[in-house]
Amino acid sequence: MQEIVNRAKELLADGTVKRVLGWKAGDLPYNPEPAYFEKEEDFEDFVYNGFCGANLSKYMIEASKLEGKTLVFLKPCDTYSFQQLLKEHRVDRDKAYIIGVGCKGKLDIEKIRGLGIKGIESIEGAEIEDEAETLKIQTFYGEKTCAYKDAMLERCHVCKGKDHMIYDEQIGESKETKDADRFAEVEKIEAMSPEEKFAFFQKELSKCIRCNACRNVCPACSCRKCVFDSNKFDSSQKANVDSFEEKMFHIIRAFHVAGRCTDCGECSRVCPQGIPLHLFNRKFIKDINELYGEYQAGADLEERGPLTSYQFDDAEPGIVAERR
Amino acid sequence: MSIEAKEEFRPKIVAFCCNWCSYAGADLAGSSRLSYSADIKIIRVPCSCRVNPMFILRAFERGADGVIICGCHPGDCHYTSGNYYARRRMTLLFSMLDYIGVESGRTRVEWVSAAEGVKFSQTMHEFVEKIQSLGKNVRLEDLRCRK
Amino acid sequence: MYKIARENLTALFQKIAADQELYLPVRTADQVNFGVWTEDADVDLDTLKSVKSPKDVFFPQSETLYTCIRDGKKLKVEPEALKEQDFVVFGMKACDLKGVEVLDRVFLSDPVDSFYAARRDHGTIVSMACHEPEETCFCKVFGVDAADPQADVATWMIGDDLYWKPETEKGQKLTENLADLLEKAEDAGSEAAVGEEQEKIRTIIEKLPYSNLSLEGWNGDVLMEKFESPVWEKLYKPCLACGTCTFVCPTCQCYDIKDYDTGHGVQRYRCWDSCMYSDFTMMAHGNNRTSQKERFRQRFMHKLVYFPANNDGMYSCVGCGRCVEKCPAALNIVKVVKAFQEEEV
Repeated sequence: MQEIVNRAKELLADGTVKRVLGWKAGDLPYNPEPAYFEKEEDFEDFVYNGFCGANLSKYMIEASKLEGKTLVFLKPCDTYSFQQLLKEHRVDRDKAYIIGVGCKGKLDIEKIRGLGIKGIESIEGAEIEDEAETLKIQTFYGEKTCAYKDAMLERCHVCKGKDHMIYDEQIGESKETKDADRFAEVEKIEAMSPEEKFAFFQKELSKCIRCNACRNVCPACSCRKCVFDSNKFDSSQKANVDSFEEKMFHIIRAFHVAGRCTDCGECSRVCPQGIPLHLFNRKFIKDINELYGEYQAGADLEERGPLTSYQFDDAEPGIVAERR
Repeated sequence: MSIEAKEEFRPKIVAFCCNWCSYAGADLAGSSRLSYSADIKIIRVPCSCRVNPMFILRAFERGADGVIICGCHPGDCHYTSGNYYARRRMTLLFSMLDYIGVESGRTRVEWVSAAEGVKFSQTMHEFVEKIQSLGKNVRLEDLRCRK
Repeated sequence: MYKIARENLTALFQKIAADQELYLPVRTADQVNFGVWTEDADVDLDTLKSVKSPKDVFFPQSETLYTCIRDGKKLKVEPEALKEQDFVVFGMKACDLKGVEVLDRVFLSDPVDSFYAARRDHGTIVSMACHEPEETCFCKVFGVDAADPQADVATWMIGDDLYWKPETEKGQKLTENLADLLEKAEDAGSEAAVGEEQEKIRTIIEKLPYSNLSLEGWNGDVLMEKFESPVWEKLYKPCLACGTCTFVCPTCQCYDIKDYDTGHGVQRYRCWDSCMYSDFTMMAHGNNRTSQKERFRQRFMHKLVYFPANNDGMYSCVGCGRCVEKCPAALNIVKVVKAFQEEEV
């Protein structure tokens, strides 16, 4: 981490960048927040550890409007989002100085709580340099341990890889964390009967509180005004009704980012109700891959997105019924 | 309530028809005196690719039992490529609806040219029958809209 | 005082639910929220905090106020009926009870909100002491005693027994109805057990990292000073403008009233609103808070300055810590208070 801080200070001092976008240590062991650092002394609070899951690409939309360059730290998966935003002209490459930072899988405090660990005082093993395979967690109810892997975000189990897609320089090594098939969960649902599928999604989505965290954190959701915020259109429903609204919101949101979603997993990370929102996005990705050829949003700057291009011999929509 | 219960199920079906081919096809069906079910409510759109996925979901929410999208045959789009985009979008959307447990027969895309009055009427017949066999759409309906 | 063995709780719930609705923490799709008890509900009394606060038992996330139905050329207006049946909320924690106190200030002062008042009248609250408080809790800061949750009935889950202490008339009545399931526990041993548990809870609370947060400088009289502080400029930056904090909060009480066009009529409903949203308090001329900084500031100013100014110094935060747990950008009211402290040093 010190290497990152030193380099950031250097670039700030020589005027290459005007500010640094990174993570500031929180007041609990696991809640660092995205923050700007403009002066050398600000870096006292700088942190980069296992809990820095936030994808800073989204903040670069606003940072692109500021004067001068912003130094931003991006993990390998975050660079997909940044590159996709660049493709959509939502961020300014000239305003960004990207340092690709290493990643050894990010932690999910909800997973730790899910293991019954509560009253957390301190956590050891979350540091980026730490090679430990287990987290040592000091709680008010005794010392607990948990495997690093078991506390990892879902997205890290299906990691896209250690390579940064776009960067000015790289600092730090990444670790291979992939140990699950990206589409396994989707396939499980696909194999269900319509009744089971419906019951599954009804149960998950009825938890939705329409807080919009999934939308607001999503780098692909970068519309200046969201259709769900429009007063002129009656989709701006804040009502929480079980019958249909949630499904509508989540289907439309997933559809709107289909072909642009890099599967960064932020939506599932932030959902206060733990709804596996990535299941919607991955379904679209899986279909796109199967029907229109392998495509990874944000992997390059040139290729046209699957929904903004076509082939003369594309499958007919009837294929959905045939595939069943 | 008791009177309603005795009534046979009449599905509500929304058909989005592109202005240049399918709407003209419907017109031809009419002028050729070919019948098609009165359960079909046609909404004319400039091109099949004008159909936003939200239109379809909104129709279901408001009580439609089936939604069919008709456009020019691939290659014949008045705007050259609109229906190619629509084809990809609808494929993905239908797949998503299937994924969340909506019966896949409730949505359909059919390419109908201005000369295909017969095809239009036949397609609509088939679709109505299909929806009738599937029954009322309860999974995507907003209960507040129920009478 | 009474007690009941943990294994008999299902029978207790059955008995309560036999003649009235029972709300309690239920686990659905891996998350615990307050919900209606049914035979197959997965009741979870061990999770300290429900994701959403139980405020929606009294103030639902959305509720219809009236319905307009078109009938030929006539228009029929049907007001929604007020809650008429009694119901029980089981397992509310001390902080959430304090949250209800805050809501009472808003909805029960003139003009009284009849929907809310009806629910309050018909609801009997059975509270539960916090067995194992967590690091995100800071109820002590707001004078809440997690070990002694004052409600119609207060309960303590100690080992395999639930100790049950009616505190009000409503609580007495409920207790009488359940007399054949509750076992009298007037002995000194029971008193001691509860006392010991309370002591344990309070000891932990003393140790929690936020328990000694100082609210010095936050009151109804510092409006302009806090409002114009440059601290907000930096603080709001990570905020994503989602409504998570407001929707999990036990005291956020802002709502929006909207019409839903059903195609054959209109349903006028109200639903929770969030000051974090761009259309919050939108008026014909536009919005009076045009930046996220202003919206962010509104939330904390409301909790720590405006509310105490209008309610005899009562803060509208109860220290439940849900925003601490759930904010996607790891912001929360504690960080705000601390940031001002640092600035003022």
